[in-house]
Amino acid sequence: MATIFVKRPKLAWHESWFISTFAKGLKITLGHALKTFLEITGKKEKVTMEYPEQKWDENLPEYYRGAPALVTDEQDRERCVSCQLCEFICPPKAIRITPGEIPSDDPWAKVEKRPKEFDIDMTRCIYCGMCEEVCPEQAIYLRKDYAITGESRAELMHDKAKLYQIGGKRIGLVNKWNELK
Amino acid sequence: MGHLLANIDLTFLIASVVKIVFLTFLVILPMVAYSVYAERRFSAVIQDRVGPNRTGIPLTLFGFKKDIQILGIGGLTQPMADGIKFLLKEDFTPKSVNAFYYWLAPCLTMVPALMTCVVLPFGSELRLSDLNGLLSWVYGVIGMADLPVFSSVPVPSVIADLSVGPLYTFAIASLGVYGIVIAGWASNSKYPFLGGVRASAQMISYELSLGLSIIPVLMVFGELNLTKMSIYQDANGWLLLPLWGEGLSLARWVLWIPMGLSFCIFVVAMFAETNRLPFDMAECETELVAGYHTEYSSMKFALFFLGEYAAMIIGSGLAVTLFLGGWSIPFGPLIGLGYSAGDTPLWLGLLHIGVFLGKIVFFILFFILIRWTLPRFRFDQLMKLGWMVMFELALFNVVLTAFLMWLVPLK
Repeated sequence: MATIFVKRPKLAWHESWFISTFAKGLKITLGHALKTFLEITGKKEKVTMEYPEQKWDENLPEYYRGAPALVTDEQDRERCVSCQLCEFICPPKAIRITPGEIPSDDPWAKVEKRPKEFDIDMTRCIYCGMCEEVCPEQAIYLRKDYAITGESRAELMHDKAKLYQIGGKRIGLVNKWNELK
Repeated sequence: MGHLLANIDLTFLIASVVKIVFLTFLVILPMVAYSVYAERRFSAVIQDRVGPNRTGIPLTLFGFKKDIQILGIGGLTQPMADGIKFLLKEDFTPKSVNAFYYWLAPCLTMVPALMTCVVLPFGSELRLSDLNGLLSWVYGVIGMADLPVFSSVPVPSVIADLSVGPLYTFAIASLGVYGIVIAGWASNSKYPFLGGVRASAQMISYELSLGLSIIPVLMVFGELNLTKMSIYQDANGWLLLPLWGEGLSLARWVLWIPMGLSFCIFVVAMFAETNRLPFDMAECETELVAGYHTEYSSMKFALFFLGEYAAMIIGSGLAVTLFLGGWSIPFGPLIGLGYSAGDTPLWLGLLHIGVFLGKIVFFILFFILIRWTLPRFRFDQLMKLGWMVMFELALFNVVLTAFLMWLVPLK
């Protein structure tokens, strides 16, 4: 019923004796070898790049998902209000936020909260971009940095200072805290 | 005792030691190292990859523009890096192994592979007396004119000119299987054990066709001395390229068919003997982890590796010597590059060595190409091919050659 009998192809004698099939195989392997050899030696245009020397960074698309980072707005206010949504949604639980209160004498006292600590463990981050998607304040963005390396685990734990350093300033879109507008 | 010592020919002894050191340490071992590199690069280009291209002497640090490259291929010092890596890695001996045999096995793989090279004629002969002019000039400069010079007797480019060359090679080369079997057994682990069992079965089966396949060749040469075979082929056309000298006779062309068959059987059996794909049942990464050397690490693993490649090189050398003229240059006598006993200038002798090594390199590249072209045989297919096809074919070939030689006699 559901059984399908696959008819094996009938091989000619020179095929089952590895004569013509062997020649075909050699043609394929030698063809590839020659093509790639010419590419390596520079006689033919390459389709690949030698990674650390040549990079394609300027061609990365706008939506590229690299390292997540925190951003400040045009008044250098921390956009993050430590609502912890990103912490909760983060699939590998790479984000850890310690919320903190903004003192009442601060010019941005009405924002009420900002993170006291904001750590992203880059050994866990899977660059999925859920934190960016869930953030109501558009405070966390995935940047184009993809080569996140370090010599220790501590180095790969991005703290708040590091995250703002990567993120920098981002202008526009969320204006609700901006008194000027 | 004194009588024995007096009979030792010191010149011969020194020449042999120099040749052994030259062939083993300056030719075979570097060739082994570079064939591993060649394997990696060649397999890479076959699979549209680049391969190891980074390791180099960092000349750029000393102000040079580029690292050393040949034809734009970098990474030429990769074998040195590999060697250093093997030396520095932890040499781990598992607790469960039989330590004595575990240590013995890598040596048993490497030593026979290197021992077989003594009978290979890697060149015609070197008339060192050509250097006497230079030598006496040097002596003149240092002011000691009465130092010895080379005698006019040329030095043959073979370590041991045995009259049982191929037999010796087969006898020693088949000892290589003990290394694998003992490695499999001593490891005390199921995958190496299976690998060892397979290797012994495979080697025994293919030894037969390997031995039988060269009987027609020996019948044609009427000779078991590899040096004389090479000299004959140099003068009268290679066995597979009989285009000059006596090679143009009808008999040699009739014999071309069984010789071609012989060559095919020999090459296939050689693949099986050296455990190369498509016959690498002993290693067989997909089924047996790494086969017989699963439990080995560091330099002991490297010895297995070196042994395999050394066996490949010796096997290629034997195939080249038997079928493709050894050190002889194609159409040599016609273009004045032929060998004549005692009258071959030094440069031609060196050229012959170069030609021999060139042919071996060609053969190794062929080995590598086959490895990445054909898929691995199943074990039962392998045994079936060995016993039901190759063995019969080799036997038939002996009879065919005898018949043809009776029909159209040589000379």
